[in-house]
Amino acid sequence: MLKTTLTMATLITVAMTCTANTAMAREQLRIVGSSTVFPFATAVAERFGKTTGFKTPVVESTGSGGGLKLFCAGIGTGHPDIANASRRIKASEVSRCAGNGVENIVEVKIGFDGIVLASSRKTHQMPLTLKQLFLALARDVPVDGKLVANPFKAWNEIDPSLPAKKIEVLGPPPTSGTRDAFVELAMEGGAKSIPMLKAMRKADKKRFKAVAHTLREDGAFVEAGENDNLIVQKLEANPDAFGIFGFSFLDQNGDKLQGSPIGNVMPEFELIAAGSYPISRTLYFYVKKAHVGTVPGLQDYVAAFTADQAWGPDGYLADKGLIPLPAAERAKVRKQAAALANLSM
Amino acid sequence: MTDSSKPDTGIGHDKFTSQRLRRRHRAERRFRLYGVMAVALSLCCLTALFSSVFSKAYTIFGQTEIALDIQFDQAVIDPSGKRQRKALIGADYGALIKAGLGASFPQVSGRRDKRALRQLVSSGAVYELQELVLQDPNLVDRHKRVWLAAADDVDMYRKGLIAGGAQGNGRISAKQAAWLDDLARRGQLERHFNWRFFTSGDSREPEQAGILGAAVGSLLTLLICLALAFPLGVMSAVYLEEFAPRNRWTDLIEVNINNLAAVPSIVFGLLGLSVLLGTLALPRSAPLVGGIVLALMTLPTVIIAARAALQAVPPSIREAALGVGASTQQVVWHHVLPLAMPGILTGTIIGMARALGETAPLLMIGMVAFIVDIPTGPTDPATVLPVQIFLWADAPERAFAERAAAAIIVLLAFLITMNLGAVLLRRRFEQRW
Repeated sequence: MLKTTLTMATLITVAMTCTANTAMAREQLRIVGSSTVFPFATAVAERFGKTTGFKTPVVESTGSGGGLKLFCAGIGTGHPDIANASRRIKASEVSRCAGNGVENIVEVKIGFDGIVLASSRKTHQMPLTLKQLFLALARDVPVDGKLVANPFKAWNEIDPSLPAKKIEVLGPPPTSGTRDAFVELAMEGGAKSIPMLKAMRKADKKRFKAVAHTLREDGAFVEAGENDNLIVQKLEANPDAFGIFGFSFLDQNGDKLQGSPIGNVMPEFELIAAGSYPISRTLYFYVKKAHVGTVPGLQDYVAAFTADQAWGPDGYLADKGLIPLPAAERAKVRKQAAALANLSM
Repeated sequence: MTDSSKPDTGIGHDKFTSQRLRRRHRAERRFRLYGVMAVALSLCCLTALFSSVFSKAYTIFGQTEIALDIQFDQAVIDPSGKRQRKALIGADYGALIKAGLGASFPQVSGRRDKRALRQLVSSGAVYELQELVLQDPNLVDRHKRVWLAAADDVDMYRKGLIAGGAQGNGRISAKQAAWLDDLARRGQLERHFNWRFFTSGDSREPEQAGILGAAVGSLLTLLICLALAFPLGVMSAVYLEEFAPRNRWTDLIEVNINNLAAVPSIVFGLLGLSVLLGTLALPRSAPLVGGIVLALMTLPTVIIAARAALQAVPPSIREAALGVGASTQQVVWHHVLPLAMPGILTGTIIGMARALGETAPLLMIGMVAFIVDIPTGPTDPATVLPVQIFLWADAPERAFAERAAAAIIVLLAFLITMNLGAVLLRRRFEQRW
């Protein structure tokens, strides 16, 4: 019995190594990148596989940075064709790409994602401004013209109009793209509205960034892990806490959670789409031009993604929580994408 | 012996000893109580875990379906009338569903309301129609009542997991709830067995998502892992235990194997990334690579278990076999290995069970991915069960929570089957001496 197992095992291994070498020419697209874009890219990929003759693309959720790193690693079937990103590609990443022979990249802007501050429906809604948000969550805040460690323990210490509740905010860890965007849009926005920090921004931009981008570590801000569903569950259990996550999770859990208006704007689909909600970021994907023609279906995928049936206001991606670009911009991006226009930084 | 015959030097039942005896008995009872408490606590945790998973998962077996009278209109599906596969794949089946819904609700008008009506049926239902037509092109130009999957929100609503109207999460409006009641009254809304979950691959629509892709991926990965780790591990153990001389080199190897067993699994993933994907240029996301990486990870466990099992075979058996003239090789193949097999199998199953639950090394080699097509071979892109659970638990759609719980049960079923297999094999091989 043992001998047959052994021979079988050897045979299987040999057979597999042989097939592995013949299967190198790739039939399906490979997409990597942001976990925020993942739900949208996968929806497009699935439909693409079912309605065209092409195989369903394989979409990996690696995070924006990890995805662009893989994307920029080189040209050839061993490297991905598309990288999703919840932020724009950095100049350093472009030069890294170029260093590995990935010279021509096509940028496709796909829509917006709102970042919401939400709490349980069991409590009253609490409208906030970016300034209040900054004062509640920054590690160092200006008090009487000096930067001190954040002294605020309760919301009403920041502003008497706010309730006398302990500050407790659950949010994503620094590895998350949502955290990057929140810090950049909400915290920096709030910091800019304070005159002392505004002056600092002019004098010493680096120091300003450090102050604006550092969240407090004394327990008022809790890093709750990458899983947004976990934050949703924790908010349900603790009505005094607030959570920071992507709009699609608020959209799905509207019976349990309510969004806080930021600067008097509710985190709602239409308001984020119109650009009036202050904490929203742009989502992108990047296409490797060198792979057009070598991997089947690349251009068709881009066309499928940029069809109004997908990314339009009534498209299926809107049902998944993607907030569409304005009509004129959609037309522009679609044209550039179809023409495979090179990225310009 | 009686007390009176003893010298009174403390061994008798004086105050001291009886006190000490009582104390020792108390300690004994206490110790047993701790043991019972520990067992009870772990059983409690296990029950809590299982009941939480099962209570979330049991609803998976039912799927709300909506019956629509579909007119398979030739003009919509295949205007040319040639029944070419390409035309049949690309046809606008959404229009057929809209027409079917329109026939059931002629009173609904207006763009907004029609859209709300359309949202009752799964957006993946178009592929169910496509599949029907591809299987039987004669359907075109005929009329048929078809049961289509309802949207995930409808399914959750009918299962009572979310409320409709104003109390709900805004996913089911009061109007939609009324339409659904209407459909149910007319017998066009029923809960059927959810075969989709067991026969399809992953999908972005919860009601269309299935576990089969991940299960096949896990199976392929484990087969490769077993095919590599088991023979290599057993042969290494046999050599080290039965043939190798005891010297500094074998000591060094032994220490290294023990250390390797404790290396965090992500390290093996990095190794796979740089060597298997980088140098050998094997395909990404393939069970072949996953299996090799997991085999490297389980190899030390198998070797250690196999060596322990070989050591447990009494030397008298070896000596007796040698005594009747068997060569060392014959001793190993005919006597020692069969006797050690139960222990080796147990160790292998423990290693495989660990490999089954592993996600960290697979992240590096691209198996944490959205893959719709069910893999057909070890080089097709695939994902595995724990990764599927992770991806579903992370998805915004609430209906995926139910799927994640059900996938956990499938994973447990996998584990139990493997353990059962090990028990049966052990029974067959077990010999007493």
